[in-house]
Amino acid sequence: MSKVLIVAEHAEGKLNAGVAKVVAAATPIGSEVHVLVLAADGASVAAEAAKLAGVTKVLVADSAAHTSPIAANLAPSVVELAAGYSHVLFPGTTFGKDVAPRVAAKLGVPQVSDVMAVHSATFFDKPIYAGNAITTVETPAGTIVATVRLASFTSVAATGAAAIEKVSVATVAATHTRYKGLEAQKSARPDLQSAAKVVSGGRALGSSENFKVIFDFADKIGAGVGASRAAVDSGYVPNDMQVGQTGKIIAPSLYFAIGISGAIQHLAGIKDAKVIVAINKDADAPIFEVADIGLVGDLFTVVPELQSKM
Amino acid sequence: MKAIVSVKRVVDYNVRIQVKPDGSGVVTDGVKHSMNPFDEIAMEEAVRLKEKGKVTEIIAVTLGGAKNEETLRTALAFGATKAIHIKEEGEIQPLTAARALAAVFKKEGASLFIAGKQAIDDDANQTGQMVAALLDLPQATFAGKVEVEGNVATVVREVDAGLETLEVDLPAVITADLRLNEPRYLKLPDIMKAKRIPIEAVTLTDLGVTAAPMVMTTKTTPPPTRSKGIMVKTTDELVAALKAKGLA
Repeated sequence: MSKVLIVAEHAEGKLNAGVAKVVAAATPIGSEVHVLVLAADGASVAAEAAKLAGVTKVLVADSAAHTSPIAANLAPSVVELAAGYSHVLFPGTTFGKDVAPRVAAKLGVPQVSDVMAVHSATFFDKPIYAGNAITTVETPAGTIVATVRLASFTSVAATGAAAIEKVSVATVAATHTRYKGLEAQKSARPDLQSAAKVVSGGRALGSSENFKVIFDFADKIGAGVGASRAAVDSGYVPNDMQVGQTGKIIAPSLYFAIGISGAIQHLAGIKDAKVIVAINKDADAPIFEVADIGLVGDLFTVVPELQSKM
Repeated sequence: MKAIVSVKRVVDYNVRIQVKPDGSGVVTDGVKHSMNPFDEIAMEEAVRLKEKGKVTEIIAVTLGGAKNEETLRTALAFGATKAIHIKEEGEIQPLTAARALAAVFKKEGASLFIAGKQAIDDDANQTGQMVAALLDLPQATFAGKVEVEGNVATVVREVDAGLETLEVDLPAVITADLRLNEPRYLKLPDIMKAKRIPIEAVTLTDLGVTAAPMVMTTKTTPPPTRSKGIMVKTTDELVAALKAKGLA
């Protein structure tokens, strides 16, 4: 009988939106789906998790060792609580990718990274070669640790009311790792990974100042803002805006690729977008091969014009 | 201070991946291979730490069949001072690799383990973290900046929310992200010199490693393709096309 434990990602007392997608991946695996909140004080996160449809129980392990998201402190707590579960799932975010293998190694079991489809409790699809091939894998007997590719699943609704249970762990914070802080881009815009609309700019923007064209357009249509690796490497925008194979993999309903040529690494990050619109002055840019709607033109004229019409 | 860098031979990142028609995998025969790009970044970082006098020895380690020797030669050309080839012809999955690498780390009495954050073939992103877990060491994954001062490494990590800074006591495991550095171009004399350095060969059995349970690949398929859509000439046409899809 399958029993799934989902390790919740959270920050500043809020549940990460990706957890609702992990629950969607967990539901076809087993009828019992528990969410584990590891925090210094997880009450508010647990309350949010309890509302996710399909969650049957929320476990909250409050501990000073869980104050910062340090893998060396979180993994032992997960391992301690993993007994009796057939599957331990994490969101496929930098948080999940950091902690999950540490749990798998301690349990002595393999991990499936980036689950994109669940066929049964033991058969999963996952991408390899940056999504240029998809493999169906069968997991061996024993507990399975996996990360879930968020772009492949739709969030469950917040219509549940699962019980919340307090649990304790023996974890003592390791002294060998010290959390020194997070330099985050504060933004009122929709989060890139969960936004329904995303506007991304590329190298053609030419400068950090010119990126205003992208921000203005995004704000007009209520979109999140992303960028190609070229734009990030050129220093136009910070790294957390990078969309693509090594950045964020996203699945918005509408994606604007503006001044982005469409390198294979970028395309790997937007394959699941429902509609891709490309605006580029180079008619031969590879982005037009995958775009649903393409417009050849100078972005500095086209984008403000489009903005005024939407 | 000794640093271990694990390096993997993968299909070159410029190769267009072809799935075999029978679904048994991707075409790797007769295809250009090279060192995993993230491992090149890890190698480069180790060499820079050595140039700054923070690291005295760099031991490059690889796992796999005979052809992997060329990846170790590349590592030696970068500036590795020693190379270890863990010979295994069959498929090696991350946990088994991590067990072997952890055994080498212990045997060598190293202080730093650096690897790429993931290999661009299986995209697993697991081995570094697993090595850290097996040795109960601190880990700093997705490193965008590394500074070593005495017994402490300060690492700026590229996380989804921005840039996170961790301070870890050595020994520690660090995995390299894309922006950590730009690997140098290898010079011909260094490549030639690297050919003459002996490589130490060991087996999993020598290291006392038992293979972990395996995830079996049952089928490999090409991803669904996106077809080319329509081209519009004006923003009016673009807005109309979006409206037709219910998106404007």
